[in-house]
Amino acid sequence: MNDLGFPLLTALIVVPVLGALAVALVPRSNAALVRGVGVATTLVVAALSVWLLVVFDGNDAGFQLGEKYTWIADFGIAWNLGVDGISLFLVVLTGLLYPIAVIGVRPHHDPKPYLAWLLLLEAGCIGVFLSLDLFLFFVMFEIVLVPMYFLIGGWGYGDRVYAALKFFLFTMAGSAFMLVGIVALAFLHQQATGELTFDLVTIAEAQGSIAQTTARWLFLGFAVAFAVKVPLFPLHTWLPDAHTQAPTAGSVILAGVMLKLGTYGFLRFGLYLFPEAAAYFAPFLVTLGVIGIIYGAVVAAMQRDLKRLVAYSSVAHLGFIVLGTFAFTTQGLQGGVIQMVNHGISTGALFLLVGMIYERRHTREIAELKGLQKAAPVLAGVFTVVMLSSIGLPGLNGFVGEFLILLGSFPTRRWWAVVATVGVILAAVYLLWAYQRVFHGAPDEANAGTPDMDRRERLIMAPLLAAIVFLGVYPKPVLERIEPAVDRLIAHVEASSDFSQPEVAATEGER
Amino acid sequence: MTPAVIAQIEPIATPEIEWFAVSPLLVLVGGALVLLTAAALARSRPPRGFYALFTVVTAALAVACSALLWQRVTDPGRGPFTAIGGAITIDGFSVFFAVTITAAIALGALLADDYLRREGLDGPELYVLMLLSGTGGVVMAMANDLIVVFLGLETLSIALYVMAGLHLRRLESQESAIKYFVLGSFSSAFLLYGIALVYGATGSTNFGAIAGFLSGNVLASNGLLLAGFALLLVGLGFKVAAVPFHVWTPDVYQGAPTPVTAFMASASKAAGFAALLRVFVSTFDVYRLDWRPLMWGLAVLSLLVGSFLAVVQSDVKRMLAYSSISHAGFILVGAEAASDRGIAGALFYLLAYTFMVVGSFGVATLVGGRGDADHGLSAYRGLSRRRPLLALAFTVLLLAQAGVPLTSGFLAKFYVIGAAVEADSYALALIAMLSAVVAAFVYLRITVAMYMGDETEGAEAVTRPAVRVPPGAALALGVAVAFTIVVGILPSPVVDFARDAVPVLLSAP
Repeated sequence: MNDLGFPLLTALIVVPVLGALAVALVPRSNAALVRGVGVATTLVVAALSVWLLVVFDGNDAGFQLGEKYTWIADFGIAWNLGVDGISLFLVVLTGLLYPIAVIGVRPHHDPKPYLAWLLLLEAGCIGVFLSLDLFLFFVMFEIVLVPMYFLIGGWGYGDRVYAALKFFLFTMAGSAFMLVGIVALAFLHQQATGELTFDLVTIAEAQGSIAQTTARWLFLGFAVAFAVKVPLFPLHTWLPDAHTQAPTAGSVILAGVMLKLGTYGFLRFGLYLFPEAAAYFAPFLVTLGVIGIIYGAVVAAMQRDLKRLVAYSSVAHLGFIVLGTFAFTTQGLQGGVIQMVNHGISTGALFLLVGMIYERRHTREIAELKGLQKAAPVLAGVFTVVMLSSIGLPGLNGFVGEFLILLGSFPTRRWWAVVATVGVILAAVYLLWAYQRVFHGAPDEANAGTPDMDRRERLIMAPLLAAIVFLGVYPKPVLERIEPAVDRLIAHVEASSDFSQPEVAATEGER
Repeated sequence: MTPAVIAQIEPIATPEIEWFAVSPLLVLVGGALVLLTAAALARSRPPRGFYALFTVVTAALAVACSALLWQRVTDPGRGPFTAIGGAITIDGFSVFFAVTITAAIALGALLADDYLRREGLDGPELYVLMLLSGTGGVVMAMANDLIVVFLGLETLSIALYVMAGLHLRRLESQESAIKYFVLGSFSSAFLLYGIALVYGATGSTNFGAIAGFLSGNVLASNGLLLAGFALLLVGLGFKVAAVPFHVWTPDVYQGAPTPVTAFMASASKAAGFAALLRVFVSTFDVYRLDWRPLMWGLAVLSLLVGSFLAVVQSDVKRMLAYSSISHAGFILVGAEAASDRGIAGALFYLLAYTFMVVGSFGVATLVGGRGDADHGLSAYRGLSRRRPLLALAFTVLLLAQAGVPLTSGFLAKFYVIGAAVEADSYALALIAMLSAVVAAFVYLRITVAMYMGDETEGAEAVTRPAVRVPPGAALALGVAVAFTIVVGILPSPVVDFARDAVPVLLSAP
């Protein structure tokens, strides 16, 4: 038990599960109660995540509010939770994005199972961010597939069954490597120390118990799973399908939260468990990330479907996060973490907006949309702000993350950073071009009658816009909470490999 | 001969029989005989569901006896022991399989109850055969002697041959019985020949004596012994449906009455593995370098063939048949590790698998409809709208088979993979996990049909006869699903059970 006297982290995982059960038990006929229970649960979780933000000690670099209960004694597996600066904001992001997605988007049919699956998904996502036990982490990492699979397959569009299957099988195949890696890691650690445990901190701090070559192989096993989830080029092909066919709330959660499971995994498990191997493979992964930045941007520019365009833009954005992560500098990692949050906010908001356009026009074909600005000025205005945040305009949140990543990767990965900068320009190209085609010009007959945002829609976009501006203007409170954990991680990498952070970056980080 | 001479002849030393040791067997056989006699003598038909209820009660009694035995063998003061002149061993391992097989009997009986009435086959025969067949399975698990393994195997199999052909009016059922019988006899012959060769090489059929001989002597020429290994592996590989001895599986599973298939896939496979684990991993431990590569090959082939061929099936019973082959591959992964953890993993897998597979075939029993008419994937289209709970139960069982976390199926895979990795069989562990992804596609296909069937095809579903869920089958499915989820979330008791059930080698007293 922690010093709070309340198992806050467990509650963050258990409350959505209980909410899902409650939703499942409410009779189908009482649609209002079903929805009420669902929304109330997300609000409770949101409140819990804000509470977590308040009680979090920003000066402590280690894991806080730890909770540990034995689960499977024979294997040394425990229900072991903890939060640090890296996971804190991802939990808060999940907690706050959920009510928006649930209130903002109504399913077209069967709201009961829809809400139940969404809530189970929330429990799984938060569980991934809080797990400090490798087994528990894997359980959470895998379990999120099931609700997402049903959400895409049951409430998605077009080729939803294909997209759902592809999503499930791609991720599961990646995880297969990781499971073998996790088990191998635990048993090798047992051979070296005599203790069978899946505790992340214990294994990570016992560096040297595993031979260098073995650690590199194990890192690759983990990396495959995370690379599929991120997704890194060339394992990204499930993403456009899943994102495009998923129901709007599903896309929001998929882009906002689930893509972060991969990049978070790299940070928490890749770097922490295998610092030497991470440094060894960093050039390779950074290359893939930069390819993703350019490739995602170019392909996004070619899309005819607005939602697919946003989906490909995620490939590009996630490439930036990978670049920042494997730059191994304070700014790079900080930028990576804050960019995960930013991407969750902006891309989540973009998917919501695309969903709104689809609800109005029943098409996402860019060619069929024209001059929406005249018909729906507020929608156009909100879209502009969100789009500019996604492009990385200074003063909005996207800039902070991308700038920090480029700043942080320049000293250690100079040429990759130079190429990545091109991606920033390309992002402006595809988004502005799409914006022009959809919103500018005189609306034709079909688009002229498009209604503007109603009050509910404005209400759900307001917090997102506020976050976009706030994080763009004043990111300090977030950054200073991330920094201790990031510094600790870099120190861990430096201690276990021949990598050392260049002086420039280090002194910059001190400031 | 004069009476005086006869008096001089030593009486044959019959071994002392410790009745308590064989109490689960006695209960099962006794139950079968009582049921058969009572049904034959009764003037009127018994009330509905009596046979099934009787079988379940018998199974429960057998479990109770097993629980008493478990107390004795885990008591540090007493521990495992041999009985009937060293012919059987009572250790955690035998008790574990007694429980597993008895659970399969009980669940199978619950499924059979309504099925037999639906098909107009109501009568005690199936239940009697199920109890006897299960007895054979438990004998195989208790065996401390190759001859006893063979006796158990024959008891198990002969009852199963009849059960497979029980549906008199279905040609497929008859065909499957003949196929199973002919191929099964072949495999029995292989097994028997293997036993003879091992006896020739070691001079004994008793496990303790064989193991003692093998560890105490180095054979100048071990060709006889190795040939014996190979033949034994063929015979037992047939029983557990490991590739390449699997070809009977899809046809027999498809043709047999579905509750019988459920029993066959669970109890018969468990019994086969009981013998396989005890004979190879425990008794032939010294020769592990010789048989581990064979086991490795069987495991890889079973995993790959099972999962890939399941993908191309269109009949759900055949899909499940091929998936049971790939499950056999997973259990072989545990056996290949040749360690205590490997055996414990295989045991855990078998127990979890028993509930998953009985539940899955249970759903197939219900959806298949009268006469096992339609097991095509299209029969499952839109099931979530017609029978939401049934669809949900099947989904849980399928996801468990795919190895999704928080189900017993995931822990089972985790356990055997752990054992393989501990034994440095990394390649095998990876192949197993990747084949699980392929197999997952099969399970997802069924889920897709149930939940995401197209609307146009949904219209056709309206004309299908409604799927009835009788109480017996509902109970069996409920138990299977509950076990799958509860063990998935709180596995410690079963993990400990499996860990303490590793076989012990005991020589005859």
